[in-house]
Amino acid sequence: MSLFLVNVLLALAWSAVTGSFTFLNFAFGFVLAIFALSLIREQVGSVGYFSRAWRVISLFLLFVYELVLSAWRVAVLVLSPRMEIKPGIIAYPLKVDRDFEITILANLITLTPGTLSVDVSDDRRILYVHAIDASDPDATRRDIADGFERKIMEAFR
Amino acid sequence: MNEIVTLVSAAFLLIGSLFALVASVGLLRLPDLYTRMHAASKAGTMGACLMLIALAVHSGDVGTVSRALAGVVFFLLTAPVSSHLLAKAAYSVGYRLHKSSVRDEMAPEVEK
Repeated sequence: MSLFLVNVLLALAWSAVTGSFTFLNFAFGFVLAIFALSLIREQVGSVGYFSRAWRVISLFLLFVYELVLSAWRVAVLVLSPRMEIKPGIIAYPLKVDRDFEITILANLITLTPGTLSVDVSDDRRILYVHAIDASDPDATRRDIADGFERKIMEAFR
Repeated sequence: MNEIVTLVSAAFLLIGSLFALVASVGLLRLPDLYTRMHAASKAGTMGACLMLIALAVHSGDVGTVSRALAGVVFFLLTAPVSSHLLAKAAYSVGYRLHKSSVRDEMAPEVEK
């Protein structure tokens, strides 16, 4: 996290030196700072920083892809003349245990195909998920575990 | 160049409003609150975000673009939270799942 701060500071320095605080110039400075940090990654120990940044980005890309897919699925479902749905609530045993990880996972689940977080048990071990197709709960649980939960653990551990 | 920008933003606007339409059709057709939240939280968010992106593409001015993108980010942050809270509140006051539901693994937890 401190390397991220250094990154922002370098970008601010770039904005100050070039004398223009527009968003585009700051973004350019940010990219330059990433490049500068990658040159000295062996010395400042930022190797992990880059692979982590990449994992956060890949989590974000997965999220956008799943969001588009889920909106599409809902659209198809809603517009099909005979809606045949088997909704239900599924208990999902959580592997992540920190508050913000559970929050991210619950939010991501809500915005992805066919699932909606309803509640977290008091001991924070079980997430209750409403699925629009709950005919195969094990497949749903496997999808969450192999998809978002694994990505979240890669990005934040 | 200008025509391309206009076409792209028109396409985003059109697709976005289609998703918003689908979300409202979903609210009418789906059987219970929980399934309706699916339509509202996904197709609705998607529609609003696409329309904001259309605005960003169309304006071409940094202030408007950054505010439109901030709008997208806040939509993505808040839509799941509100639908989650609605579903949780509905469940805790005893709003039943529709009879087509196949399972409810939360029921034993609530009875305790």
